Amino acid sequence: MQPNSCELKVLDLVPFGQTGSASRFFALRLTRPAWETWRPGQFVMLRPRNFGLDIPWARPFGICHMTTRHMICFFQVRGRGTQRMAELRHGDIVRVWGPLGRGFVMEQDTPTLLLAGGMGIVPFVGYVNLHPKPWNVTMLFGHREHISCYPVDSINEHVPVDSLREQENGDLDNFIYTIQERMRDIADQKGLVLACGPTPFMRTVQAFATEMGVRCQLSLENRMACGVGACLGCVTRTTKAWPVETRRESPVQVCTHGPVFWADQVEL
Amino acid sequence: MDLSLTLKGQTHDLPLKNPVLTASGTFGYGVEFATYGDLTALGGMVAKGISLQPRQGNPSPRIVETTSGMLNSVGLQNDGVESFCKEKLPLLPWRETAVIANIYAASVEEFAALAARLDGEEGVAALEVNVSCPNVKAGGALFGQDPDMAAAVTAAVRRAAPHKHIMVKLSPNVTDITLLARRVEEVGADSISCINTLLGMAVNLQTRKPSLANVVGGLSGPAIKPVALRCVWQVARAVSIPVVGVGGILTAEDALEFLLVGARAVQVGTGNFFRPDAAFALAAELPAACHRLGIENLEAFCGSLQLDDTF
Ligand SMILES: Cc1cc2nc3c(=O)[nH]c(=O)nc-3n(C[C@H](O)[C@H](O)[C@H](O)COP(=O)(O)OP(=O)(O)OC[C@H]3O[C@@H](n4cnc5c(N)ncnc54)[C@H](O)[C@@H]3O)c2cc1C
Ligand SMILES: Cc1cc2nc3c(=O)[nH]c(=O)nc-3n(C[C@H](O)[C@H](O)[C@H](O)COP(=O)(O)O)c2cc1C
Ligand code: FES
Repeated sequence: MQPNSCELKVLDLVPFGQTGSASRFFALRLTRPAWETWRPGQFVMLRPRNFGLDIPWARPFGICHMTTRHMICFFQVRGRGTQRMAELRHGDIVRVWGPLGRGFVMEQDTPTLLLAGGMGIVPFVGYVNLHPKPWNVTMLFGHREHISCYPVDSINEHVPVDSLREQENGDLDNFIYTIQERMRDIADQKGLVLACGPTPFMRTVQAFATEMGVRCQLSLENRMACGVGACLGCVTRTTKAWPVETRRESPVQVCTHGPVFWADQVEL
Repeated sequence: MDLSLTLKGQTHDLPLKNPVLTASGTFGYGVEFATYGDLTALGGMVAKGISLQPRQGNPSPRIVETTSGMLNSVGLQNDGVESFCKEKLPLLPWRETAVIANIYAASVEEFAALAARLDGEEGVAALEVNVSCPNVKAGGALFGQDPDMAAAVTAAVRRAAPHKHIMVKLSPNVTDITLLARRVEEVGADSISCINTLLGMAVNLQTRKPSLANVVGGLSGPAIKPVALRCVWQVARAVSIPVVGVGGILTAEDALEFLLVGARAVQVGTGNFFRPDAAFALAAELPAACHRLGIENLEAFCGSLQLDDTF
């Protein structure tokens, strides 16, 4: 399906997390764009009208979920763009282009391990929803904030989420150890690992994947301006394993060649 | 309303369907945007900068957002001229709209070789010469900052591509842009586009590092529009070849401001990142904007800025 650019209306912005403190996690529900098909792991560029002239770039967000009537994105407030998105109200207008990039592979009969770090959970909401045989899927989720900040319920409906919160020294080591154990299990089953999260986390998963020889895809979160392959701002370097010979060990756009890559084909 | 026009050059004219073009480096090779609008509805498109050999560009991060603008130090990553001619050009509707090749080189000779290679390409309507690049043989001084070097490049390209309209793209990072404009006109430029990006910098207080791996980069977007407008106004008064305005253009009104100060056409650059259909929307909106402002004849409107006698 060809991506398009359209203006969508905000239906609502639902804060996540414990009540009391100002929320930094939101589900943004928009009217449904015209496109029909999409793959989990693909993303959209969102540019609310309230970005004005002072915030030029749209921001990339994974497609969390789509129904016949709406599209949901889920975001964490990070900087000035997401801060302004947190001010969106019912009826506000958002420019949206997508669906963009390449999503995760889905092999219904292959044992599949999903590894999510923080906001990396987003594409997996759609993934478990659309997977025809969710009993072949397991998920490990590492996070810093309280579990109620993340859209885990909608995943739990299909696949039990095994979550580990990083709060104290030692929690991270424990998480990394658990990743390693789970990946080893999947490697033994000749399964598939799909990961999404911050770059250091992706590097860890990549290193284990190389060591264990397990098939693995990673979703990268590079800085993006256009989302369509034009600005060359989001590039990452490919390795010798890149399928197109002329593009080996060269910069390629994450927005069009990714954001999901086979772990052995890119340098992080 | 008829929006067609001709950039009347000294050697070759460049007919355009309408005055809305897209700026180099911000519209890919055009094909990336084909799903967002009808490429043939544009006056033309300037392709991403092309060099003789493929180039990998600068290390990342190469882009950073700033207030009302952005900095880039992409470093002209491209697949080289052969790939452009064989793989990109055939995908573009060059019979219906002007495809302009933006060229970049590190020496006068290389510029000439590149121009000669493109001269025979039927699909290329014009060459836009990017002089905002270092001259390796002159110790890395920028071609675009020295009137003699800019003239040498222009003359060499003019000779090497006798069949093409030659547009020279000027840098604003100079003391007096009109000196450069006059010199490139003298040696045969058919038109001038301005401006390229302004040299800028951004830093991160937390990491205490520059925001770009290259430390400095080119500023573009709405933040630079007043500078661009000033440059276009000065250049349009200094030369008699047509001027194409570039810098911070998002809306039909922005485009008309550039025409008012003397541009014949405009290029949309960073605006394409505000929304991928920005240039298409601008072109579609132009007749209505003219109507609102009581502009009946766009050609007569160009350069009709009202000044008092002191200017
Ligand atoms: C393909 C893709 C999918 C994404 N999906 C989601 C999602 O579903 N939910 C979500 O909350 N976030 C997602 N992100 C990250 C999100 O785009 C950034 O958090 C957002 O752009 C930050 O904008 P800002 O203006 O708030 O922050 P800025 O002011 O731009 O930056 C604030 C901080 O965030 C960091 N940052 C900026 N851009 C990114 C980025 N692209 N990725 C990671 N960190 C960044 C900066 O380095 C800085 O430290 C995704 C990113 C990509 C590339
Ligand atoms: C990401 C990016 C890449 C660019 N690449 C080129 C290039 O290859 N050649 C060139 O002459 N100008 C290049 N430019 C400059 C633009 O064509 C334009 O002159 C400048 O951005 C000002 O216009 P704007 O404010 O509308 O973007 C680039 C600009 C950006 C933002
Ligand atoms: S974001 Fe512009 S090329 Fe990827």
